[in-house]
Amino acid sequence: MKVGVVTFPGTLDDVDAARAVRLAGGEAVSLWHGDADLRGVDAVVLPGGFSYGDYLRCGAISRFAPVMEKVVEGAGAGMPVLGICNGFQVLCESHLLPGALIRNASRRFGCVDQRLRIESAATAWTSSYETGQEVTIVLKNGEGCYVADPATLDRLEGEGQVVARYVGNPNGSQRDIAGVANERGNVVGLMPHPEHAVEDLCGPGTDGLGFFTSVLSALV
Amino acid sequence: MPRVVVDVMPKPEILDPQGKAVHGALPRLGFADVVDVRQGKRFEIELEGEVDEDRLAEVHRMAETLLSNPVIENFTVHVEETVS
Repeated sequence: MKVGVVTFPGTLDDVDAARAVRLAGGEAVSLWHGDADLRGVDAVVLPGGFSYGDYLRCGAISRFAPVMEKVVEGAGAGMPVLGICNGFQVLCESHLLPGALIRNASRRFGCVDQRLRIESAATAWTSSYETGQEVTIVLKNGEGCYVADPATLDRLEGEGQVVARYVGNPNGSQRDIAGVANERGNVVGLMPHPEHAVEDLCGPGTDGLGFFTSVLSALV
Repeated sequence: MPRVVVDVMPKPEILDPQGKAVHGALPRLGFADVVDVRQGKRFEIELEGEVDEDRLAEVHRMAETLLSNPVIENFTVHVEETVS
């Protein structure tokens, strides 16, 4: 199973994301923002970082990168796509996911081992978890406050599209939302970084690995 | 050269932490009676030739597509006389 990891100018976590894919048992394929080519991958990860320096708005310029045309096309056809942190912001700017991410309500950059509750195991990226399971994953962001209008939030909750919630809200996100999915469940955006929690040696444990094993089993 | 200005502001119901930070700093500098501060963005777009309705419509599309995010921001467009 090939999982593509996109590198934009300013991406930081592409190497960790590729490593997480390999640790989960998949083949990681590097994708370049400037190439409108997914190189035959079965799924795509948009990793964290500060693509285009977060100029204009986080993710606003990356959204128009040539590779994103193919990602949007693939997502529409059911290909699993995971956006982590900056990748989540790119997915919201691309309108693949509803809502937006604004500066943390605390006005501080947060960098913590964050407790999360998996709210839906019915997505391509969370089937390795149980709904209701609590996990600890690294969270590091300055603009991770998830916002959407009340009707959208109600719809996300009603349709089971809230993927994960913070246990102890670190950034002011509405309704403690840490991650959401599209209706079909193949596109997931997550503010915390599961790729930093895949090995005991460096990270708070291996709770993040499930996101990557989930997609591999979804692709079998 | 005609200049078209796009002002982008966070929607009233959206939290504006930057505006809050500025608002918090003002009293410390002795500026009293400030009730609220909201921080937005201003884009000055220089166009070649005359600004007609079609060109303005195009700037509207720019604002909708790239300059603002309609989920969290509103924008206004106006033309400014420029001194050359």
